Amino acid sequence: MSEWLSSHRALVDGVLAVVEALLLLGFVAGSAVFFIWLERKVAGRIQDRLGPTRVGGRFGWLQTIADGIKLLVKEDLIPSDADRMLFRLGPYIAFCGAFASFIALPFAYTWVAKPLSVGIFFILAVMSTEVFGIILAGYGSGSKWALFGGMREAAQMVSYEVPMALCVLVPVIVAGSMDLNFIAMKQTGGIWNWYLFHDPFTFLAFWTYFTCATAQCKRAPFDLAEAESELVAGFHTEYSGLRWSFFFMAEYGAMFAVSGIAVLLFLGGWNTGFLPELSTTLSRAMGSEGQESYLGWVIGNSINVVVFVVKAWVLVFVQMWVRWTLPRLRIDQVMMTCLKYLLPISCVLLMGVSIWQVAVHPSVGPYFRYGMCAVCVGLLLWLGVKVVATPSRLPVSVTGATDLWNRGPIPPELAQKTTV
Amino acid sequence: MTFAVGLNHFLLLGAFLFVCGAVCMATKRNAIGILMGVELVLNAATINFVAYAHYNPIFQVEGQVFALFVIVLAAAEAAIALAIVLNFYNNHTTVDVDTAEELKG
Amino acid sequence: MDTLNDILFYVLMATTCICALAVVLTQNIVRAAAWLLFALAGVSGLFFLLGAEFVGSTQLLVYVGGTLVLVVFGVMLTAQGPFVNMRIGAAEWAIALAVGLVLYGVLSTSLIISNPPQSDVNRHVDATMPDSSVLGSSLLGQGQASPTGFLTGMPPAMRRERKPMAYLLPFEIVSVHLLVVLIGAAYLARAKRRRAV
Repeated sequence: MSEWLSSHRALVDGVLAVVEALLLLGFVAGSAVFFIWLERKVAGRIQDRLGPTRVGGRFGWLQTIADGIKLLVKEDLIPSDADRMLFRLGPYIAFCGAFASFIALPFAYTWVAKPLSVGIFFILAVMSTEVFGIILAGYGSGSKWALFGGMREAAQMVSYEVPMALCVLVPVIVAGSMDLNFIAMKQTGGIWNWYLFHDPFTFLAFWTYFTCATAQCKRAPFDLAEAESELVAGFHTEYSGLRWSFFFMAEYGAMFAVSGIAVLLFLGGWNTGFLPELSTTLSRAMGSEGQESYLGWVIGNSINVVVFVVKAWVLVFVQMWVRWTLPRLRIDQVMMTCLKYLLPISCVLLMGVSIWQVAVHPSVGPYFRYGMCAVCVGLLLWLGVKVVATPSRLPVSVTGATDLWNRGPIPPELAQKTTV
Repeated sequence: MTFAVGLNHFLLLGAFLFVCGAVCMATKRNAIGILMGVELVLNAATINFVAYAHYNPIFQVEGQVFALFVIVLAAAEAAIALAIVLNFYNNHTTVDVDTAEELKG
Repeated sequence: MDTLNDILFYVLMATTCICALAVVLTQNIVRAAAWLLFALAGVSGLFFLLGAEFVGSTQLLVYVGGTLVLVVFGVMLTAQGPFVNMRIGAAEWAIALAVGLVLYGVLSTSLIISNPPQSDVNRHVDATMPDSSVLGSSLLGQGQASPTGFLTGMPPAMRRERKPMAYLLPFEIVSVHLLVVLIGAAYLARAKRRRAV
């Protein structure tokens, strides 16, 4: 068996690569399905509605799949003025850019498709290629709306890449490596070891990074490329069917990728924040005298994957929350936010963290970390208590109404209960 | 020459890209098309640098450093060239390089 | 038995060559940009194949994400019709192709005849390269990063070892150069009133 494996090295490597790619593809597509459902539910709750409720039981969780089937059977239109090749190419380039970033994104310790010593740099690089697909789609559609969307996207992406990369450099300087595995492993142990709390500059860098990342995924309030109130649907005005859904897969894939980067760089990666690193600890604990147990390692890493994915999902949820809460900026405001505010801020953060690394005495660091961590956790707890203690009003139809769209006059006791 | 990949393969590829870039510069009338030809030529040089860095350990760092410099300078060159093209467009309302003949003797 | 890396090399090489040819042959400038995207991405794939991960990533970030977007932006700003078309005559095509073929013939034969210097002819394509930290320390001028060896391309009587090199000064010059270029480009491309036509 092992002889055969070593003599057919190319075949085995190729099959393994294909399997890894399929796993990642499944993950990206699956999470896109989940995110679209989540987005509609979140939007519904924020706008005091229910969101999808019909397809697939009470929570409408089959809605995205039904939509997907609808998109699959939809007629695939190409406008007569379009450049057919570029029109066809656009969605695939956009999706490839978002998908390729998963190659170097570790889901748990060493569980990564291709471990790169320049992992974070590679991810930033391939994510910057996504914009090209959108520009090509906007240009190739042969429509003014799409062209405007593509132009805005180009200007916005090229500008926001710069502060985003500078913010990413802040934790890279602290860790001293661009290897994402290494950066995450430096944050093992207590929650105060997370780079978010490392010093004031990393703390601010996280928020700046997240703002830039939201813009990079062209999410509201920075979704000028699709601005449906001015540009119909922006760069994807002319798209329908499967190609249109590729843009959405790209968008949600990119959202997960930037959230994953934020988790790995600032929020401790796959570390829980109160336990020691699970894969190494469990493999040592379950192995007998000096022997490391592979099973323990696999179990620990599986838990790590869950922790990492949940953390990233929380950040994706925050992006949705922001989208449905804030109004859209104008294009000049978007550019001003980047060039006049985010860019100087990120430069200052980069300088500041370099000075902190060199000039601040090592004994000061832990005190700052504990203090920062205590303040943040305290604030979160206080907020949580406030949220729980505030009496909430349920949307009208949850309280017993079964047919949501065909309901008669609201019963008086219900109407009283829900006055705004 | 064997089929196992060696230095020569990369150098031949570099030569091919170089020729493509040169022909592109010669045949395009659009100033931006000429810029694309320049990018191809510079990429050919980068391939040679990195291939030498890989196949000759004495230059393993030098080759990569020079490739980085080439890429960075190519970006700078593209920025300046585009600024010039935009200026040209402002003055002539076209990017056809054949119309740039005011200095013709 | 070819290994996977050899197969990948041929795939990437074919992609890069076909796309580079398409850049030359297509008349539509935005399509040329799309083909150039694939050619550049193929080249960066070759860099990854050679183990130069940092250079490959830089190629993707700077070329594809920066320069190429800038180029397409320039096309959009300077386009008059919906799709720009500028044709040249058949005679010019013939001359350019002939010169190109001759040039490639000269380059490739001289390559094969001159037998380029390499210390280890049988070094395989998936041999390792120094990672980004070595690269960074050489850019910071912290001494020499490559192993010493004899300079190639010299007659045997004049052989000598190469001097240790670091690249702090070029690095700084490139940085200042970039700053100058940034200011210069902004100055050149600033909004002006168009001359009345």
